[in-house]
Amino acid sequence: MTQRLSFEELHQKLTQKFPGAILEKTDTKPDPSLKVDPAKIHDVVQYMRDELQFESLSNLNGIDYPALPALAVIYHLRSYKNGLVAALKVYLPREEAPKVRSLCDLYKSANWMEREAYDLFGIHFEGHPDQRRIFMPPDWVGAPLRKDYVTPDYYNGMPVPLYFTDPADSASKEGAH
Amino acid sequence: VTADSVVLTSVDEVLKWGRTNSLWPLTFGLACCAIEMMATGAADYDLERFGCGVFRATPRQADLMIVAGTVTLKMASRIRTLYEQMPDPKWVISMGSCSNKGGPYWHEGYHVLKGVDRVVPVDVYVPGCPPRPETLLEAVMVLQKKIRVQEPVLKPFGFFGKQA
Repeated sequence: MTQRLSFEELHQKLTQKFPGAILEKTDTKPDPSLKVDPAKIHDVVQYMRDELQFESLSNLNGIDYPALPALAVIYHLRSYKNGLVAALKVYLPREEAPKVRSLCDLYKSANWMEREAYDLFGIHFEGHPDQRRIFMPPDWVGAPLRKDYVTPDYYNGMPVPLYFTDPADSASKEGAH
Repeated sequence: VTADSVVLTSVDEVLKWGRTNSLWPLTFGLACCAIEMMATGAADYDLERFGCGVFRATPRQADLMIVAGTVTLKMASRIRTLYEQMPDPKWVISMGSCSNKGGPYWHEGYHVLKGVDRVVPVDVYVPGCPPRPETLLEAVMVLQKKIRVQEPVLKPFGFFGKQA
């Protein structure tokens, strides 16, 4: 049985290997997380995959923090050999198209999950082989899971809201429900 | 009734009787309601008893569309295309809360069409989330009743009245 890696040891190793790249350590339950410099995320994950037996990228999310303001990407890396799930967080500026480097060359599973974050949060992944929307129609406008997203009145000529009155004929049906 | 008996009826009644008892639904499921629709077609509930069990894999051979599930905006234009490809006469059953009026996505669902009747005309609405198979059977029987009492299949003309 090989020596198992704890989250504290992982934090120490990453801090020694990449000084300045690990910005913050958060001891939340159940998964403690590390805040990583967006410019170094690819190197950190590559080191974790090649040297620390993190075989799987099990999850990749986007989060919108309008109060900070920031957009975050959360990577859940799983190591079966160490019995450890490490959550890495990357905070990006909250703008139209924030950029972070894609992990598709390290983990194949990153492909569709990065497309999801691109689709719903508008986060661009540099180096992604197939950066398209994955859920929404290709001609959709905007990133729906951002907190300031406003649902459109029409899509392809179809009204979207439930209680919909056409502005063209609302004058003729005034007060009629 | 013996082998050489004669039954008198109108051509219209025969045509309506035929249409009523040979509804061919389109094989078409969108979400969890489709699971209930499959259960309705399977042995336990046996939609075939009511002459409505021949699920066709192409809209060109179907005359009943059971919209079973959440209609997203991405899917809505495809549903319209499928409906237009079905030959006349054709009927639509809207199955479940989602296709009736948006269901749980009625307010916050930016991606859901709030009712399939915004793209295709609906004959029978089935409430439920999802409706039990008995409810879909009831909807089929309501639709059959509707077909039986709808306007005449052959339009009257000549000395019977004006051409429709």
